[in-house]
Amino acid sequence: MTEVFDRIRDEIGKNDVLLFMKGTPVFPQCGFSAAVVDVLSQLGVKFHGINILVDPDIRQGIKEFSQWPTIPQLYVKGEFVGGCDIIREMFETGELEQLLKDKGVSLANAA
Amino acid sequence: MPMPAEEIVALIKLGIPDAVVEIEDMAGDGDHYAATVVSAAFAGKSKIQQHQMVYGALGGRMGGVLHALKLTTMAQKA
Repeated sequence: MTEVFDRIRDEIGKNDVLLFMKGTPVFPQCGFSAAVVDVLSQLGVKFHGINILVDPDIRQGIKEFSQWPTIPQLYVKGEFVGGCDIIREMFETGELEQLLKDKGVSLANAA
Repeated sequence: MPMPAEEIVALIKLGIPDAVVEIEDMAGDGDHYAATVVSAAFAGKSKIQQHQMVYGALGGRMGGVLHALKLTTMAQKA
């Protein structure tokens, strides 16, 4: 499992905004993953998606790494921010936009 | 793989004894739930920690037999 954790750490380190998801940003294959992609698109955030459906090691590993049982999972600048429910809630309250700004992530659609 | 709502509520209360749980079977199929959990035990904890406490109470069922549970947690009733 350490090898998978190293790969996960490497991806998190390389990508400021990283979404572990089912499917791809262009073609999400689960409603919960699609919902987070939609939120990030609305905010105009550039992000990298990792399709866990084609990578069984990451699929299992990320759940243990984050101590979080479900997909999607969003990481911003190395920090686990949450899954679908938390991301949607934070988006509605404006917290997500604030967090991204605080972490220095550029938003194309920022007011 | 459906799971009855009462079982979900019972498990959450077993793990978080003072929890007030409202649960809704969104699709009516015993497989897609929305739950609101209110507990003083959430005070001072991040959303992630709050959800992790609920997932912990569900003892590994989340993401397994329980596919869809839309979760809202709060330390006191809004």
